Order: sequence, then C-alpha cells, then structure tokens
Amino acid sequence: MNNLDASTPGAPPRHAIDIVNASLKRRYARESRFRLVGLIAVILGLAFVVLLFADIVSKGYTAFQQTYIRLPIALTLEGIDPAGTPDAQALANADYMAPIKAALRQTFPEVTERRELRLLNSMVSVGAADLLREQVMDNPSLIGTTQEIWVLADDDIDMLVKGTIDRDIAQGDRRVKDDMLGWVDRLEKQGRIEKRFNTIFFTHGTSREPELAGIAGALMGSFYTLLLTLALSFPIGVGAALYLEEFAPKNRWTDLIEVNINNLAAVPSIVFGLLGLAVFIGFFGIPRSTPLVAALVMTLMTLPTIIIASRVSLKSVPPSIREAALGVGASPLQTQFHHVLPLALPGMLTGAIIGMARALGESAPLLMIGMIAFIVDVPGGFTDPATVLPVQIYLWADSPERGFVERTSAAIMVLLAFLFLMNLAAVLLRRKFERRW
Amino acid sequence: MYAWILILTLLAVMAVAYQLGIKRAVSSVGGLTQINALHSLPSYYGLYAALWAGIPALLLMGLWVGFQDQIVTSLVTAHLSPDMLEGQSAGRIDLILNDIKNLATGNIVSATVTPEVQAAADQYARLELIATWSMWLAVLAVALGGMAYAWRRTGPQMRARNRVESIFLAIMIVFSSIAILTTLGIILSVLFESLRFFELVSPVEFFLGTKWSPQIALRADQVGATGAFGAIPLFTGTLMVSLIAMLVAVPIGLMSAIYLSEYASRSVRAVAKPVIEVLAGIPTVVYGFFAALTVAPVIRDLGASIGLEVASESALAAGLVMGIMIIPFVSSLSDDVINAVPQSMRDGSYALGATQSETIRRVIVPAALPGIVGGILLAVSRAIGETMIVVMAAGMSANLTANPLDSVTTVTVQIVTLLTGDQEFDSAKTLAAFALGLTLFLVTLTLNIVALSIVRKYREQYE
Repeated sequence: MNNLDASTPGAPPRHAIDIVNASLKRRYARESRFRLVGLIAVILGLAFVVLLFADIVSKGYTAFQQTYIRLPIALTLEGIDPAGTPDAQALANADYMAPIKAALRQTFPEVTERRELRLLNSMVSVGAADLLREQVMDNPSLIGTTQEIWVLADDDIDMLVKGTIDRDIAQGDRRVKDDMLGWVDRLEKQGRIEKRFNTIFFTHGTSREPELAGIAGALMGSFYTLLLTLALSFPIGVGAALYLEEFAPKNRWTDLIEVNINNLAAVPSIVFGLLGLAVFIGFFGIPRSTPLVAALVMTLMTLPTIIIASRVSLKSVPPSIREAALGVGASPLQTQFHHVLPLALPGMLTGAIIGMARALGESAPLLMIGMIAFIVDVPGGFTDPATVLPVQIYLWADSPERGFVERTSAAIMVLLAFLFLMNLAAVLLRRKFERRW
Repeated sequence: MYAWILILTLLAVMAVAYQLGIKRAVSSVGGLTQINALHSLPSYYGLYAALWAGIPALLLMGLWVGFQDQIVTSLVTAHLSPDMLEGQSAGRIDLILNDIKNLATGNIVSATVTPEVQAAADQYARLELIATWSMWLAVLAVALGGMAYAWRRTGPQMRARNRVESIFLAIMIVFSSIAILTTLGIILSVLFESLRFFELVSPVEFFLGTKWSPQIALRADQVGATGAFGAIPLFTGTLMVSLIAMLVAVPIGLMSAIYLSEYASRSVRAVAKPVIEVLAGIPTVVYGFFAALTVAPVIRDLGASIGLEVASESALAAGLVMGIMIIPFVSSLSDDVINAVPQSMRDGSYALGATQSETIRRVIVPAALPGIVGGILLAVSRAIGETMIVVMAAGMSANLTANPLDSVTTVTVQIVTLLTGDQEFDSAKTLAAFALGLTLFLVTLTLNIVALSIVRKYREQYE
C-alpha cells in the first residue's frame, strides 16, 4: 500500500481519501471551467455563422428594391412624326433623355438656374433613357402622348430614399445636396417616388452605375464555366477513380499518383491560376477571360475532390457484387460498367456536386486568367469574354460608390443561395440512394 | 462556333458507325440466327466502329485547332513586305498582326488601315477560311476512313470486346495520369518562369532582401520606382496574418471539437457540428467582403476609441476573418482524431478517478496530439495559400513590421497584384509573381506532405 499517511509527526493520520476529498472542490471547479471554455468556443463558432449571415443580409436585402420616380413624360420625340409609323432605326437613335429632362423641369417649374437644373437632371439615372427607349420601341403607339412613366432614379437618390445617406451631416460631406433633399421630399409627398422590385439586378450585366448594374452576365459566365467544368471533370474523375481503385496494379507509379492526388487537393487555388496563365493562355493560346479557360483551370482544381469522392464510393460497393458478376462470366470491365458503377454513381454524383459548389465559389485562380475584365455584355457561349459571380462580387466590393455595397451583398446572397441549393441536392441525393449492405 | 458544329457532326458519324458496325457484324455471320458464331456481343462491334470513327478524328481536330492559328499567322507574316517589319520590336510586330486579325474579323483596329495591312487582312481571312474548310474535310475524311477500317476488320473472328475494353482501359489510364500531369504542369510552368526571374534578380536578393517595390520605372527620371525584389516583408506579412488566423482558429476549433465530442448531448452535436461546418462552405470572397467592409471598420473605430492608430487595412482584420474561416477546418480534423482515440483509454482514466476534463487534458489530447498537430499544419498551409481575404482586406504596401494594427501585404496578394495589371511575360515584375508562386507551392507542399504523413501514421496506430 502507498504510505500516504503520517507525513508529519504529531498530526492526525491522513488517508488518501482525505487528500482526494480536499482537492475535489478545486478539481470540480476546474472541470466546470474547462466545460465552460468548450461551450464558449462552440457558441463563438455558432455566433460567427450568425454574424456573417446577419451582416450580409442586413447590408444586402435593400438591393432587391430599386427607387423609381414617376414623371409625366410627353413623348414628342425630335424628328419622329407621331402620325406615321416610325422605322426602327429612327426610333433607336432618338434622344430619349430630352423628354425626361423636360418632364423634370415641368414638375419643378421654379428651377431655372443652370447649376440647379444640372442637379435636377442628375436625379434620374443616366440609363433611364435606354430603359425608356426599350419601352417606346416595344409600344410605338406611345409616341405623341403624355404618359405617367416610372423612371429609374440615380443611385444617390436611391440611397437617400432607402435611408442609407445621413441627412444630418453637412452638405459638403454628403453626396446628395440640400436642394435635392427638398425635391425628393416633395416627390415623395406627391407619391411620385416608389421602391419597386429590382428586375435590372437580375437581367442586366454589370455597369459603372450601381443602379444599372446586374448579375445576369456573371451568372451566365458562372453557368457556362460550371457546365464545361462538370462535362470535363466528371468523366475524367470517374475514369481515373475506376482505374486507380479497381484495375491499377499496386506499384510505385500508382502510389505516386495516389500521393499526388492527395497533395493536389491541398495546393492553394491561386497556384492553379498560375498554371492556367502559363500553360493554357501562355502556351496553348486559349483566349483569356473566357469560360473555356476558366473551366479548364476549374477542372484541374476539382479533379482531386471528385476522384477522392468517387474512390470512396467505389470502395463502399461490396466485393460480393463483383464476385457474382465475374462468376457468371462478365469481363472485368463489364463487371465495373454494368454492376459496380451504377451502384457507386450516386456517391460519385454527390462528390461531383460538392466539387462544383467549390468551383462556383472559387475566385482566386480566375483573377489570374483575366476574368476580372470589365464586361458589360451577357456572355452567349464558351468563348465569349465573361466574368463569374464570385469575381463580380470582388469587383463590386472594390467599387467606391455606396450603392455597390448593397449590390455586392445581394450578389453574395444569390451566390450563397446557389451554394445552398447545390449542397441540399447533394445531401438529398445521398439520403435517397444511400445503401447499407 | 464552327468547332461545335463539327463535334456534333462527328458524334452523328459515330452514331452511324455504331449502327453500321452492328449490322456488319450480324451480316458477316449470316444473320441473327447465326449470331452465336460471333466472338463478342454485336454492340461491341458497333462500339469498335464508333471508336475508330471518333477518336482519330477528334485527335486530329484537337491538333488542328491548336496549331491552325499559328500556321496561318506565320504564313501571313511571311507575306508581309520586309520593310514593314524591319527595325520593329517584337511588340510592334505583334501589334500589327493583331490589327490584321481584328481587321479580318471585323473588329476595331488601333492604327490607320494601310493598303498593305488591308491586303494582309484579306489574305488572313482567306487562309483562315481555307484552313477551316480543310479541317472539316480532313476530320470527316479521317472519321469515315476509321469507319471503313473498322468495317473491313469486322468479322466473326475479330475479338471486338477485348479491343474495345483495352481502348477503354487506355482512356482510363490517360485520365488518371492527368493528376500527375497537373502537378508536372504546375512545377514546370512555375519553375521555368522563376528561373527566368532569377536570371534578372539574384535569389539572394529575393529571399533575403527587405525592400519590396516591384514597380520598375517607365522613364529614367522617375523617382521612387527602382524595382526592388526583396521578399522578406511579404513572408513576414504572410506569417503574421497566418499567425493571427491560427490564434483565432486553433483555440476555438480545438475547444469546440472537444466540447462537441466529449460533453455535448447527441442533439446539440447534431445541430452545432453542421452549423459550424457551414463556415467551411462559404466562398472566400464572401469572407473578404466581410473583413473589408465590416470587421476592418469596427477594429479601426475600436482602436480610435482607445487611442490606438489602426490602419484601415490592418493585418488584424484579415487575420481574424481568416481565423473564422479556418475554425471548421481545425475542428473537424480534431474531431476525427479525438473520436479515433479508443474508448478503453477513457475508461481507464475514469477508473483511476480522473474527472472528465482531466481525462481529456492528460489522456485524450496527448493521445490525439499527432493528429491534431497534423490538422493544424494543414490549416496553416491553408492560411498561407488563402488569397481572396487578404487581397480584399490586407494592404498592398510591403511593410516590414511586427505590429498587427499596421497594414501588411502577403505573398498571395502580391501574386494577384503583379499579374492582374499589365501583362508582359518577360518583365521582372510578372516573373516575380511566378517566383512567389514557386515559393508558395513549395512551402504548402512541404506542410501538406508532413501533415498528411503525421495524420496517416497516427491513424494506423489505433486501427
């Protein structure tokens, strides 16, 4: 027995249990402290998630609405006869800003001074004329009439109406002048200002003007890139996994491939951008900033993910299936393609979807291969210059205009929504086809 | 555009070849009644014919598309009058050729159009047209030739299944070598450009210099633009941001993994674990936005309120947010290794009277330590290679500082800035990006190899 007692002569004999009991309080206190620290860590982790989403949503939800000003516009277009049927060319070339300006002057007849007039005109977006042209060209019978038309407001007015611009700071520090404040108040009183659903955001390409900027171009760019990435990486990934898992002899070469794939999965994404720049653009001469070159880079990047997931999925198919197929005379390849692959496919698809979700959110390598070009047009194919959604977010986040902050957040919300849907699809797929052997 | 139509045409030819191959095989043995005389199933003869029609033609088309432009360009250049090219730099000639191409395709031209350029453009357009049409002819001819070959070979004795299967196997081998090719491509591309960089700037200056200002003066009289390539400030900046990130991520990640695997009830774990892992799925550009527009201003205001001067693009903001990003990385890896510690070790500790936290600190964590260290190393490599957060939230100025409230720059930020501006492949500025890329690749690769081997060795121990 341990001789713990009678350490000091004269003192009453101490037993081991006494020492334990004496320290218990301290130890329990430690226990609960440790537990508390763990709990705090978990709560912090959860709080970060909530904070991140709350921040993005609170900054971005206003972008789904856009301010419009209702103006009585007399559509007497210079050089176009209201009686005759105007040809499309003349209609397209007409000056649509003039009637809008005239309507503004008519609404505020007291504004006569040149400087003030310029301020007044700056209340509507520079793109308002183009939108009006679309309306008139859709319906040429409007010409010659006076219509109450909702005109797109400038981003500063939009910010003011949404309450982002502080009215109390000095006029010099404010993007909206005092005169404009008065005009906006008057328009609001007359019911001439309204926030409507922001269709421009979903139908237009990017723009230097926040009120005209949309994500349609970036979405299409992402779509083409992902489509091509999936078409390339899924067959290649499945083929490679099939070979490595089922056919490859265990030798040094396959070991090397295996180590390689694991390491590639952890290579920083920006290095793939360097590879794309040097090899695909520099050596093969593929045009830069196209979905084609982006998809090639993304394919190399997502391949390890898909190969690893596919191998796991192949491993989960029990050997009895293979033995049965081989036993009734199927060739090794028939065994794989007719029996093993169909059973492993859901798992492979899940891996592919997760890989695609990562590719959708990836932006660093695309900066290298020219996807940051300013492209207004919505791309129509794999070789059109394009940008993708995360890169668009990066570009907008760099823009100084206040109106881009809410648009960036809104674009992030759209991106996260797509990611959520893809992950949901992966989870559902797994749940539906998951088998326990 | 025409390439897509050609590919679709090829697919159609392959479909026809498939049908014809089946027909030929069946008729070669005298109809469906005699089908047992065939070596393989009829569909294998179809596949054999389709592969012969498709693969050589596709390969030819790939080569043709790859080289057509170069050949046509060199032909056009050869026809340009020598006095147009004489004494011009390579850049000027490129510009002229670009003009010719733009003129031929109807785009906007940078210079005024001289008759010579116009003639060259016409020639270019003509040659492109000829080349495109001859590609169509050649590709379709090869496809039909392959089909005819398969047709001739098809007979009852031909081992169609074995041949088709060996083609498939070969394709799969090619696919699995792509991973090797990617690594090779990364190493070669980065290495070559880096070697060219080290011809211009000595490695000693690059790895030991303390001044980084890659702008090279455009004019001789420009000041402050000497082009210094000392990468030490970038390395220290990267280390500082990563260190801050790890100071955030390791305690939170590790403690939450311990809490969730040892203390939390099943239902709490079922909710909290996936929610924390959401952080891993959020694109880094979103974190960058969060860091630059929310965290950085908050830190600056906080600093101002207690009298500290904080740069608007501080290392602290970038590091904090990067730490948040890495939390799920640390926590899920630690979770795995903690769960891999055998229950018997816990039971042994409890039997000796240890409390739960004592068991965790004295038994489980030491037992899981190699795995945890491996996971942390992987997280460090992730932090070093992270790009978007630092591009958006850390600065551009290469300060050699130990103050986390200052603005620092990192290796990845400089790669992005150097390569997104002007792009000439032979200036030291762009080549420097590749040298940085090489450094980054080697460092992360080493970290990954070490980490993976630690994790693997540890896993084997308890399996």
